Amino acid sequence: MSDPIGSVEGQAGRNLPPLKLHVPEPPARPGEAADFTHFDIPAAGAQPRPDEAAQPADMRDMAYGLVRVLDDDGQAVGPWDPRLPAETLLKMLRYMALTRAFDARMFRAQRQGKTSFYMKSTGEEAVSIGAAMALSRDDMCFPSYRQQGILIARDWSLVDMMNQIYSNKGDRMKGRQLPIMYSAREAGFFSISGNLTTQYPQAVGWAMASAAKGDTRIAATWCGEGSTAEGDFHSACTFASVYRAPVIMNVVNNQWAISSFSGFAGAEATTFAARAVGYGIAGLRVDGNDVLAVYAATRWAADRARANAGPTLIEHFTYRVEGHSTSDDPSAYRSAEESSQWPLGDPVARLKQHCIALGIWDEDRHAAMDKELAEHVRDAAREAEKNGILGHGLHHPMESMFEDVFEKMPWHLEEQKQQMLDEWKAAGL
Amino acid sequence: MEGGRPVSKANETDAVSKANETDAVSKANEAGVVSEVMAQGEARSDAQQMNMIQAINSALDVMMDRDPDVVVMGEDVGYFGGVFRATAGLQQKYGKNRVFDTPITECGIIGVAVGMGAYGLRPVPEIQFADYIYPALDQLVSEAARLRYRSAGEFISPMTVRSPFGGGIFGGQTHSQSPEGIFTHVSGVKTVIPSTPYDAKGLLIAAIEDNDPTIFFEPKRIYNGPFDGHYDTPAKSWAGHAEAQVPQGYYRIPLGKARTARAGEALTILCYGTMVHVVENTVAAMGIDAEIIDLRTLVPLDIEAIEASVRKTGRCLIVHEATRTSGFGAELLAQVQERCFYHLEAPIERVTGFDTPYPHSLEWAYFPGPVRIREAITKIMKD
Repeated sequence: MSDPIGSVEGQAGRNLPPLKLHVPEPPARPGEAADFTHFDIPAAGAQPRPDEAAQPADMRDMAYGLVRVLDDDGQAVGPWDPRLPAETLLKMLRYMALTRAFDARMFRAQRQGKTSFYMKSTGEEAVSIGAAMALSRDDMCFPSYRQQGILIARDWSLVDMMNQIYSNKGDRMKGRQLPIMYSAREAGFFSISGNLTTQYPQAVGWAMASAAKGDTRIAATWCGEGSTAEGDFHSACTFASVYRAPVIMNVVNNQWAISSFSGFAGAEATTFAARAVGYGIAGLRVDGNDVLAVYAATRWAADRARANAGPTLIEHFTYRVEGHSTSDDPSAYRSAEESSQWPLGDPVARLKQHCIALGIWDEDRHAAMDKELAEHVRDAAREAEKNGILGHGLHHPMESMFEDVFEKMPWHLEEQKQQMLDEWKAAGL
Repeated sequence: MEGGRPVSKANETDAVSKANETDAVSKANEAGVVSEVMAQGEARSDAQQMNMIQAINSALDVMMDRDPDVVVMGEDVGYFGGVFRATAGLQQKYGKNRVFDTPITECGIIGVAVGMGAYGLRPVPEIQFADYIYPALDQLVSEAARLRYRSAGEFISPMTVRSPFGGGIFGGQTHSQSPEGIFTHVSGVKTVIPSTPYDAKGLLIAAIEDNDPTIFFEPKRIYNGPFDGHYDTPAKSWAGHAEAQVPQGYYRIPLGKARTARAGEALTILCYGTMVHVVENTVAAMGIDAEIIDLRTLVPLDIEAIEASVRKTGRCLIVHEATRTSGFGAELLAQVQERCFYHLEAPIERVTGFDTPYPHSLEWAYFPGPVRIREAITKIMKD
C-alpha cells in the first residue's frame, strides 16, 4: 500500500481548511480607475528628524513614515527642511529640468531609429538630483539604470552620454554596452550593469575599502523596489550592517518593475525602508517626488556615514510615469490614470512651485529655461550625431571587440580576431 | 621545455656556478619566464619543505607584505585562519582591516570584492569549497569578468578567488566538485590550478599580481601530500618531494605556461591538479614513456606546449576529475584535433569523472583513478 501522507486522499477526514496561495494583484488594471487609497501619506513636516548618530533601534518608526518637506502650497516645512540657499534651489530645478529635457530628446531619438533602446526617468528626477547634490563630488555612486540625473547633476558632458546611447565612434565604452549603461569614473559613477542589484554589494565593498584605508569618501547605491528581492540586496545589507560600512543604499520604489507592481517585491506586507529594521541599520522612507526631502535624507545619511555611525537604507517613494523602457507599453498592464493622479505630484512642478512661492522664480523664467535647455540638449545631440548613430557604420573598428576582455590579449583571442578579419577579407568585405 | 621549472632543477645542486646560472637565465629569457627565474636566483637559498597549504599561506604572506592593497576575506579565514588553515596567522600579522571573516554569502563576498577592486584594492577572497561558488556566479560571470570590457578599462576587477576543489576526501557531492569548466567557458576570467606546493605559491603570486580576475582552484586532495590514486594505501606527505622545496620569498610562475611533469615519447597526457600525480604514478607503474603535461593554467592555455608535445608523440590522453560532457577536456580535445589531426596515430581519449554527482560511498568508483587511466593508455597504444 502506498504511503498516504502527503497525498490529498491521506488528508481526507482531517477537517482542515484547504490551503490558499496568495498571488498579489495591483489595485487597478487597464480601464480601471487609479486607486491610491491604500497609501498612508502623512503631512509634510510631520516626521521627526533623529540625530545622525541615532541608534537604528531608536528610529525604527522612520522606516514606516514618510519624510516630506514640501507641502501642498509649495512651502518647505518641518525639521527636515534643508534650508538651501536660493542659488542651490534654482540649480536643483535646472538639473531636474535638464534631465527631463535630455530624456525627451533621447526617447525621441530611439523612436527615430537612432538607437536601440532608452529609459526615461520621468517623475523620478528628484531621486537622482537630490541625492547627487547632497553627496560630495568625490563620493562614489553605484547606480542602477535610471539615475542619469546623477551624471547631469555632476555636470557630466551630455555629448559623452549621447555617444554612449548612440554606441558611436565617440562612445568611450566602445559601443559594448546597451544604451544608458554609462560608466564615468571621473564623475564617481560606476559602470552600470544590466543585471539587477549586483551594484549593491559592490558599493558596500567600495565603502568598506574606503573605511579600511582611512579614506573620507563614502559610497552610495541605487536599486529599484522590485530588485530588492535579489540575493545581492540582502547580502549587501548584511555586509553593510556587519562592518558598519559608510554607504547609502537607496531603494527607488517607483511602484512598477516592468509590469510587476511593488506587491511582487513584498510591498503588501511592509515598506522597503523596513528592510533596514531586520538588518539593524538606519532606515528612512522619503517622499521621492520631494527633492528637498531626498536631499535632506541623503545629507543625513552621508553625515552619518562620515561620522562612522553606519549605513542607511533610504526608500524613495515615487512613481514611474513612463514605461520601463522604450521596449515597454505600460497601458497593457496598469491604469492609464495612475501617473496623472499620483498623490505626491510631479517633482519638477513641486520644486518650481516652491521657488515661485519663495519669490525667486516665476512662470516666464521657467518657460524660458525649458526652451533654453531643449536647445542645449538639441545642440548636444547634433554634436554627438557627428560621431554616428547606431547601425550607421560609425562605430569602433571590428577588432576592438577583442580588446579589454583581458588586460593583455591572450593568444586565443588574437587567433579569433585574425580569423574574423581573414574571413571578412576573403568574403571581399 | 616547461615554463621555468627546469631552471630550478638545474639549480638544485649547491655548486651552481655563476656561468651556469647566467646560462639558465638566458635560456629562461627565451622562454619568457625571466621574472620567475630571477626571483628564484634570489630566493633559492631559503627554500624549505612546504606542503601545499603552507605554500599558499606563504604566497599570501609574501603578497600582503609586498602590496598594502592586498586583502584576504572569506568565511572563517580571519581569526581561525581558514578551515584548511591556508590563511593561518595572516590576521595576526596584517590586522583585521586586511584579513577578515565574512558573512556566509558567497554572492556578497564576491560582490564586495568587485567593489573593493573598483576602489583600488587587490582582494583575494576565499570560497570555502568550490561547491559553494554557485551563489557567487552572477558576480563572477556578469560583473568581475565583464567589468574591464564593459567599462573599456575604466574599472577593473583584479581579484583572485581561491577555492579548494576536487574530490578524494569523502566529501560527498557538495564538497568534491570540480567546476573549472564553468569558468573556462566565461570570457574575461582566468582559471589556474596548481599541482605542487612550488607551483601553488608561484602561480598564486602571479594570479594576485594579475590585473584580471582569476579563479584559483586548489586541489584539496593533495594539500598535504601527492596522491597516487591508490586510496587504499597510506596517505603520503610532501616530505622529500622535489616540488615541495619552496622558496620562502617572492617568485612567480607566469600564468599560461604549462609544466612538463614528465618528458616522454610514447604519448602525451594532458592533466592538471590532483590528476597529475595519479597519472605520474600510473605511467610509472606501467613503465610507459609518456609525456605528462601539467597545464597549470586552463585559461589562457599553453597551446604551444600542447601542440609541440602531441605533434611529437602522435597520441593524446586527456585526464580530469570533472564531469565529462562540456568538461574542459572537450575543449582540449577540440584544440588537439584542430591543430594536430595529421600527426595523430590514434583517436584522442578522455578519462574524466562521470556525468553524475560525486557519490559519497562510491567515491572511488567515480574518481578517474589508475584503473581507468591504464585502460585508456592501453587502448591508445594499441592502434
